[in-house]
Amino acid sequence: MGRRVLLIEDEPNIIEAISYLLSRDGWTVHTHSDGETAMDKVRQGVPELIILDVMLPGRSGYDILRDLRADPDTAEVPVMMLTARGQARDREMATSLGATRFMTKPFSNAEVLESVRALATSPS
Amino acid sequence: MISFNLLVLVSLGYVVFLFLVAFYAERRAARGQSGWLRSSSIYTLSLSIYCTAWTFYGAVGYAARSGLEFLTIYLGPTLVMIGWWWLLRKLVRIGRSQRLTSIADLISSRFGKSTVLGGMVTVLAIVGTTPYIALQLQSVTQSIGVFAAGSGEVWEASDFNGAAMWVAIGLAVFTVLFGTRNLDANERHHGIVLAIAVESVVKLVALLAVGVFVVWGIAGGIGPTLALIDASPQATWAPQPSRWVGLIFVSGAAFLCLPRMFQVLVVENSDERHLSTAGWAFPAYLLLMSLFVVPIAVVGLDIMPEGANPDLFVVTLPLMQGREGLAILAFLGGFSSATSMVIVATLALATMVSNHIVVPSWLNSRTPGAMVSGDVRDVVVVSRRVSIAVIMALGYIYFRLSGGGTALAAIGLVSFAGVIQVLPAMVGGVVWRGANRWGAGAGLSVGFLVWGWTQFLPSFGVDAALSRAVFDVGPFGIGWLRPLALFGIEGMDPLVHAVFWSMFLNTGAFVVVSILTFPNPLERLQGAQFVNVFDYSSGARTWSQSAAQAEDLLVMAQRILGGAEAQGLFQAEAQAQGKAGFLPDVTPEFIGKLERELSGSVGAATAHAMIGQLTEGQMVSVDDLIAVADETAQIMEYSNRLEAKSAEQERTARALQEANDKLTAVSIQKDAFLSQISHELRTPMTSIRSFSDILRDGEVEDDARKRFAGIIHDETNRLTRLLDDLLDLGVLESGQVQLNMGSGTLEDILDRAVMASGVDQDALTISRRRPNEAVEVYTDTERLAQVFINLISNAAKYAVAETPTLKIIVRQLGGRRVVDFVDNGPGIPAESQSMIFEKFSRLEDEGKAGGAGLGLAICRQIMGTLGGDVTYVPAQGGAAFRVTLPEAQSLAAQ
Amino acid sequence: MTRPDADQTTPEVIVRPGKRVEFLDRASYRQRRMRDAARILPVFAAIMMVLPLMWPRGSEGQSLTSNGMLYLFGLWFVLVVLAFAVSRVLRTGAAEDGTGQVRE
Repeated sequence: MGRRVLLIEDEPNIIEAISYLLSRDGWTVHTHSDGETAMDKVRQGVPELIILDVMLPGRSGYDILRDLRADPDTAEVPVMMLTARGQARDREMATSLGATRFMTKPFSNAEVLESVRALATSPS
Repeated sequence: MISFNLLVLVSLGYVVFLFLVAFYAERRAARGQSGWLRSSSIYTLSLSIYCTAWTFYGAVGYAARSGLEFLTIYLGPTLVMIGWWWLLRKLVRIGRSQRLTSIADLISSRFGKSTVLGGMVTVLAIVGTTPYIALQLQSVTQSIGVFAAGSGEVWEASDFNGAAMWVAIGLAVFTVLFGTRNLDANERHHGIVLAIAVESVVKLVALLAVGVFVVWGIAGGIGPTLALIDASPQATWAPQPSRWVGLIFVSGAAFLCLPRMFQVLVVENSDERHLSTAGWAFPAYLLLMSLFVVPIAVVGLDIMPEGANPDLFVVTLPLMQGREGLAILAFLGGFSSATSMVIVATLALATMVSNHIVVPSWLNSRTPGAMVSGDVRDVVVVSRRVSIAVIMALGYIYFRLSGGGTALAAIGLVSFAGVIQVLPAMVGGVVWRGANRWGAGAGLSVGFLVWGWTQFLPSFGVDAALSRAVFDVGPFGIGWLRPLALFGIEGMDPLVHAVFWSMFLNTGAFVVVSILTFPNPLERLQGAQFVNVFDYSSGARTWSQSAAQAEDLLVMAQRILGGAEAQGLFQAEAQAQGKAGFLPDVTPEFIGKLERELSGSVGAATAHAMIGQLTEGQMVSVDDLIAVADETAQIMEYSNRLEAKSAEQERTARALQEANDKLTAVSIQKDAFLSQISHELRTPMTSIRSFSDILRDGEVEDDARKRFAGIIHDETNRLTRLLDDLLDLGVLESGQVQLNMGSGTLEDILDRAVMASGVDQDALTISRRRPNEAVEVYTDTERLAQVFINLISNAAKYAVAETPTLKIIVRQLGGRRVVDFVDNGPGIPAESQSMIFEKFSRLEDEGKAGGAGLGLAICRQIMGTLGGDVTYVPAQGGAAFRVTLPEAQSLAAQ
Repeated sequence: MTRPDADQTTPEVIVRPGKRVEFLDRASYRQRRMRDAARILPVFAAIMMVLPLMWPRGSEGQSLTSNGMLYLFGLWFVLVVLAFAVSRVLRTGAAEDGTGQVRE
């Protein structure tokens, strides 16, 4: 069992792409696609890294991020935000809420891999 | 002496000739051979309706009475024409870009499409023009009377009246026939324009012929003529400065404001560049028309018997000298001057009456929503025809009532001074963005009142409309309101007095009220578009919007694709549409195709943006709205600083706040929309990019490779569908969609829709009642089918029931035909129902929906365009959509 | 419908709106000056038309109608000729100007 990543994203094709990419790199990828229940999923087993989409059904990625940072168990987990809107104010929003990294869709696979590796090795 | 019957015969022959000319021009234009009918010489000649019978007969009378002063009437327009670069160019550009139909339309449209202002200008124009029409009838009958007397017949008053009536009827028939042929008021009236061009040649030739005859035939050359002038009662020329300047101003202003002049100058103008020709050619025409006026007057005074009417010298001089042919030519010249003026003036007035009085009241009297486009066209045509007859009748009645006594020039000047009350609003409206409708209304009313009081009413004479007491001591003894000595200032020339005060108070009211009041947002937009017309419209833009667009698209495509390839693309499309040349109709399909071509070179986003720029609505862009919003906010701030406390100001501020909110909402919506588009585009692109990266890296098992390629394929389709939907929606929203009207039965359309939706009969059972569907509809059946397809596929997407069913029910409901689509799915939660027709609204599980959430928005746009509606009907056991067909279609079905 | 100025807007040059060009080539410079002439002409004409009001009118011979007629028609003729000359050069509207924006 490799290192655990939790991917919270609702687009099935993007889930498939990232899962494929990360599992090939030796990660165990757990996925979840609903915003409302995302926090329960996190609490079942805190992963090493969370990849979080902004636009989710039920609850926005920003709200989830706020909860993650408020909970002492998850406050230190690195979170990589994904968004398809890519405007400057989205980035500011994410940073101010405590996102570790921010990535605009579409991204290149190399970028994702590089970021994931960097975040996982950084002291947490 | 000439036989009176011959004269009648010649005039009838001339009239028939004019009908033929007009008919010929219409035929040519109808066959598309309007080339030289739209030349600059025809344009210049048509302007000569400025020279009416007042010029032809009256100028000589004027010169006989007041010497060179008559020239002012022609010097004013000369100034305006050679100064075309200043004002006329702008008016013509505005007229074309705003598709103006009359001067009332100009004022109304500039000041926020105000019905009231349009009506005011129309009334002003009728009051100012009716006496003028009467004057033309009078001059024609007087000249006929001269011939009648010459051939020994004694004409009674009833004979004059009879002749005037027949002339009026003839002119009305001509105007109805050639003036209301085209339903579109913006269409040019080739028949009328050519006929008046011919008439203007006839009157010039006639006047020149009489002049040459008088100078060389009677006076004996130029030298003796000048000597004769020096010996005449008008030998000395001592112009009154105020009258000289005042009259040049009045005539120049009237040249711009007369409804008939606006008609030929702006409405009938087919090419802006004709102005530069008319800029010198029309002054030359006026010069020639005036050249022999003084000689004819002094020779007439010299050799005609004492008491002869100088207004008729042009005819009586040749007649007295036994030159009957010349006299008939002169008569035809006068006849031409009178008829061409009456025809164009009546046409222009009728357009104004129908567009600004009849149609608005007709629309008001009907319940909203109950109107159909076809109806309006009929009303417009009928009302324009009736208006022509009524205006002509008014002219005739005025002629009967006035008894034909006054000297011709007097009526002319009163009329001029009346119509120029429009000048401040017109000039202010096109050069000053701050002008608003309250100011224009105030200026017009004040000007009209002052003119009526100081000139129109007094013009009937002492003790006619106003009693002597009013002239002497003022109304109710108020001295400073005396009609000829306003504010107690006596001794001014009556005409200068009236013109000065009416224009001064008019302009003053216009400016002051405009400064003190606030315009509404529409006015501000129109103001910007009028004042900055040269920034908004490109130079030689043609009438046909779509043609101009096709050309713009071609120019752009050439820059990107290269000349040969772009031209090939356009030509192929034009051929496919059955057209020759390089410019196809700009259909949504074509735009889509072009965008795809261009995106091959510059990328999809750039191509979309570039095409969007060109195909966006022509007039009001979101940027305009935002600019206005900014300005509104500034004004608000400013008025806040002034601590405006009065109720009126607070109300205005609130109105502005509302307008501002609305405009801000527009821009926020635009932002949200762009951000949504960005999201919708980036999501599929992410999958595509990611999987193509994976595939490119290699080392993928065969199975996975196939699956990934499939995903890329699906996501590409999703992108394309989204772009298509966006384009479709953009075209629908801009209102530039071309409807392809046709008829078909609902049953056929539904059959087609069910087929095209590709819904598997096992996956969704569709229940229909065919007998109810045997309804004939007349609409764009393709578009209607598109709506049906959308609703059917929607039902299929959200079908989760055990046996999914969709019921399609056609019925009659409150006089309208409706088609209900009811499924047995989960339906739409109440809180989402108001949202579903918005762009990008989509229910939770988007994976299933597949589309971008534009389908229902498109449906609503389509039904709106067709004149119907689509709504969500709650509580039907599942999702239920109701398509209400447009009323006309329902009616046609019965 | 083809745009009459189509041959003048060279497809290679993309005009950037909002940018004014400071120095023009000779032909465009000529056009600009002709526009100035078109603007000045009516002002000149108006002044010349009111000029007779300032003539000395002391004696009978100084205010003859015939002299006034010769002056006014002479002026008129000159105006027509000048307007004709200007319109020859200034055939078209502002939009053909591919060198910069014209703001009125």
